[in-house]
Amino acid sequence: MLQIMEGSHAVAEAVKLCRPDVIAAYPITPQTHIVERLADMVADGELDSEYICVESEFSALSACLGASAAGSRVYSATSSQGLLLMAEVCFNVAGMRQPVVMSIANRAVGAPLSIWNDQQDSISLRDAGWFQWYAEDAQEISDFHFLAYKVAEDNNVLLPGFICFDGFILSHTYEPVDIPDQESVSAFLPPYHPVIQLDATDPMTMGMYATPDYYMEFRYEIDKAMTQSAIALRKAGSEFKEHFGRDYGELIEEYRLSDADFAFVALGSVCGTIKDAVDEMRKDGKKVGLLKIRSYRPFPAEEIKKALSGIPLVAIIEKNLSIGSRMKGAVGLEVKDAINDSGVCVYSYIIGLGGRDIRKLHIRGVYEEAMKGNGDTFYGLREELL
Amino acid sequence: MPLNIGCSARPGKSQENKTGSWRVFKPDFHYDLCTSCGTCQMICPEGCINLIDDKFTPDYTFCKGCGLCAEQCPADAISMKKEEK
Amino acid sequence: MADKSLELFDAGHRACGGCGPALAARLILKGCGPHTIVTVSTGCMEVFSTPYPETAWKVPLIHSLFENASAVASGIEASLKKQGRNEHVICICGDGATFDIGMLCISGAFERGHNITYICYDNEAYMNTGIQRSGATPYDASTTTSPAGRQSFGNSRPKKDLPSILAAHGAPYVATCSVAYPNDIIKKVERAVNTEGPCYIQVHAPCCTGWGFDGKKTMAVGKLAIETGLWVNFELVNGSVEKAKKIKRRPVEDYLQEQKRFRHLFKPNRNDAEIAKIQAIADVNALKYGIDI
Repeated sequence: MLQIMEGSHAVAEAVKLCRPDVIAAYPITPQTHIVERLADMVADGELDSEYICVESEFSALSACLGASAAGSRVYSATSSQGLLLMAEVCFNVAGMRQPVVMSIANRAVGAPLSIWNDQQDSISLRDAGWFQWYAEDAQEISDFHFLAYKVAEDNNVLLPGFICFDGFILSHTYEPVDIPDQESVSAFLPPYHPVIQLDATDPMTMGMYATPDYYMEFRYEIDKAMTQSAIALRKAGSEFKEHFGRDYGELIEEYRLSDADFAFVALGSVCGTIKDAVDEMRKDGKKVGLLKIRSYRPFPAEEIKKALSGIPLVAIIEKNLSIGSRMKGAVGLEVKDAINDSGVCVYSYIIGLGGRDIRKLHIRGVYEEAMKGNGDTFYGLREELL
Repeated sequence: MPLNIGCSARPGKSQENKTGSWRVFKPDFHYDLCTSCGTCQMICPEGCINLIDDKFTPDYTFCKGCGLCAEQCPADAISMKKEEK
Repeated sequence: MADKSLELFDAGHRACGGCGPALAARLILKGCGPHTIVTVSTGCMEVFSTPYPETAWKVPLIHSLFENASAVASGIEASLKKQGRNEHVICICGDGATFDIGMLCISGAFERGHNITYICYDNEAYMNTGIQRSGATPYDASTTTSPAGRQSFGNSRPKKDLPSILAAHGAPYVATCSVAYPNDIIKKVERAVNTEGPCYIQVHAPCCTGWGFDGKKTMAVGKLAIETGLWVNFELVNGSVEKAKKIKRRPVEDYLQEQKRFRHLFKPNRNDAEIAKIQAIADVNALKYGIDI
């Protein structure tokens, strides 16, 4: 049944249905509504979880690691500075192969301080060993949580994952969302059964150090598991469709691409704006389309190559900045690599950083710049300030 | 041997590392002087002094020859001798 | 009662001969017993006891990072609670991980009141990285980052009073002990793990390599620290001193002279002024804990 609710509350409802044993989180804008709502649920007895009010994001994820290692399904959520404070633990959780799931309400990273949205925080942690999925709307955010635990806890994967969604734009706005009932979620997502666990009746040492004789192979195994997560997501996505009707069988989504001669590529909520812009531009006779990347890690290079094949001009809408790189955007580099065709023009456009609004007119503007051959650049800078 | 997931291991494996090869001085136990107080066993950082047939017996497979047992023995029943290899 | 004959820390670990922390690990595990989950910080003990796949630990153990053992333990404790399990949850961390980089997580865990026992094996410097000073390094000790020199007498600050800080968090049981008194460690650890709430134990664990003495002297040096009043074995129950080991005190130089880290106070010339300052630290300890016989 569709209910109108705030994006953060849709996350909290989904998390509740996933039945985490332990929640450890620290407040940070724009993530706070999620953990406040979960605290309410625990306080009212609607959710039977141990809720640890930690003193920092660093401890939040550390506590999640401990609880996960002891055999519990765990949950945390954060944004921006909080995620960067967790960075060291993020690498550690992945290396220790604990299936922690964390919601990221994407927010810009200081300095300058900004509480508003872009995707710099999670994209900066692309190499941490967590899968990263980006949601376009509240329904996707909610559904991704069920899928995330399913994939993370898959014995062929055993990796943690971020569910990323744009702060404020999705976390603080109201949309109709279909929240499934507990029975169907439990049928889709059974209880967690850890492969390795801290248990006094069957002792083991976890998190040992590896000499040069072993280290590379452990890192190789993590990368292999990430590749496996793509397979697990497709499988879980198809299963999800059988249970709930919505299809997440693919790591990308194509929108009016089949006959396009110009493609936008983007992650997250801006895809909604781009779809509207594409519809308008189509009416003007422009054969444009959108490739939405749901999963940034693992990066679906093959699918992207296939979806964009035959399209000579590609514009990446980047809500991140890879400072010092030629293309300037982190996503563009990999899209260009996926296409791997010097006959195709791939441009990155750094846009909407620090919460600057991205509207349909800006999407059209990017198109015009690309047609003129101007790319790998910022879009929408206020020239009078420079 | 395939790797254990997440760089983990079951107990018992450290015993594959025979630290007795580190030894330069070797503790000699003089049972005529020993009062069986158990100090040597309690304080050995390797935990390699065992009570075998009522005698505190060092396991030379692991004994690093630190000399702590000889130093602390209240009955002076342990002496350190240069290892002959 | 703890079964003192049970060995839960295996031989084959790679600690130096005569290692105080290795002895501490053995004794700690005798105190808490096999029904225990351990979290360790990055540091000497973690490195000498857990090179993959050679673990020395016969109890479940997790190492995550340098500074987060107490936060990891918080999560383990919460998980056990949810599962209805009752293993003891303890942290064993060095003084760098405890006094310095881990303070945030420790303060949080103690304030939240988790039922964990945090044990610091205090060898008074960062030994794993090569003997750099920490907040636990005593006054005038020469380390590689607080070296004695023409204009330096070594570490310029006294040791941080961490037991008091954690007692002030409301810890029901805080104790100090030393590898020089093995049964005392076992007894105090046993008491801590059987006390509800966050407890703290600080074990003086002389490091022959870092302090500069022969490994056979580990216990003798530890004993001298106590006999000079530079280390006090005490128990704080709900913030008040319940017990402190009484001694007939010796002058501090008896302890200092045994260790290369204080050699500059005696050679080439005896530095009476600095030795007097260290004696004053021992005098304050003696007064504070009433240890003089």
